[in-house]
Amino acid sequence: MANVKPRVKVPKSANAGEVITIKTLISHPMESGQRRDKEGNLIPRQIINSFKCEFNGTPVFSCDIEPAVSSNPYFEFKARVPESGEFKFTWVDDDGSVYEETKKIEVK
Amino acid sequence: MELNRRQIMALAAGSAAFAATTSLSFPVLAANDAQDIINAFTGGAEAGEGALTLDAPEIAENGNTVPIEVTVDSPMSEDDYVEAVLIVADGNPNASVATFHFTPMSGEALASTRIRLAKTQDVIAVAKMSNGTFAMDRKTVKVTIGGCGG
Repeated sequence: MANVKPRVKVPKSANAGEVITIKTLISHPMESGQRRDKEGNLIPRQIINSFKCEFNGTPVFSCDIEPAVSSNPYFEFKARVPESGEFKFTWVDDDGSVYEETKKIEVK
Repeated sequence: MELNRRQIMALAAGSAAFAATTSLSFPVLAANDAQDIINAFTGGAEAGEGALTLDAPEIAENGNTVPIEVTVDSPMSEDDYVEAVLIVADGNPNASVATFHFTPMSGEALASTRIRLAKTQDVIAVAKMSNGTFAMDRKTVKVTIGGCGG
């Protein structure tokens, strides 16, 4: 899908070992597969079915997503920052598309 | 002991209220397979209460986007952390909502998101700890406009 845009909010810097808050949002209709069009046909399901966040390659947080998650899925979670590095965020669509975003963080 | 009419009425009202509260806290007539999903997640183990807090609004005006937040009281160290939190909604067409997976790198077992609720129902969260125990919390959310395209 063309108009899918991930947005992530990560602080630019943190103290070593600090636990930070990460907020993520990705614009996506999250078609549940329950709705019908005007002719009464089911609109096929198309959702983002998984999300994960890694820090320098180590898994931090991930989520299995079902159609009951709202459109433009939003996640807020915590992460411990042991060193400077890069957070990598990955969303996987039902159609196989993978959306990625990275954010650097520096330890003071 | 002799009871006058007023006392009998008071007793009757009291027991009716008691019956109402007990039936509320044990909603056996779940509309979907929420309980099966929870059983599959816990492997039939008993889930304790207290460690897990599920935050959800009491009344959601719009069932299309209901903010929820789960927090688990845990040190999140290498040998004692929260592995996963399962969210189910017992009145949706599909009970599953989401499963959060945490690691010791999470620092705190906290996650929030926005979910769809088709109607007034219970949202249930079950946490799986690394030591094999489980914790559970549930909240009833009143929904004025359902969130399943209806």
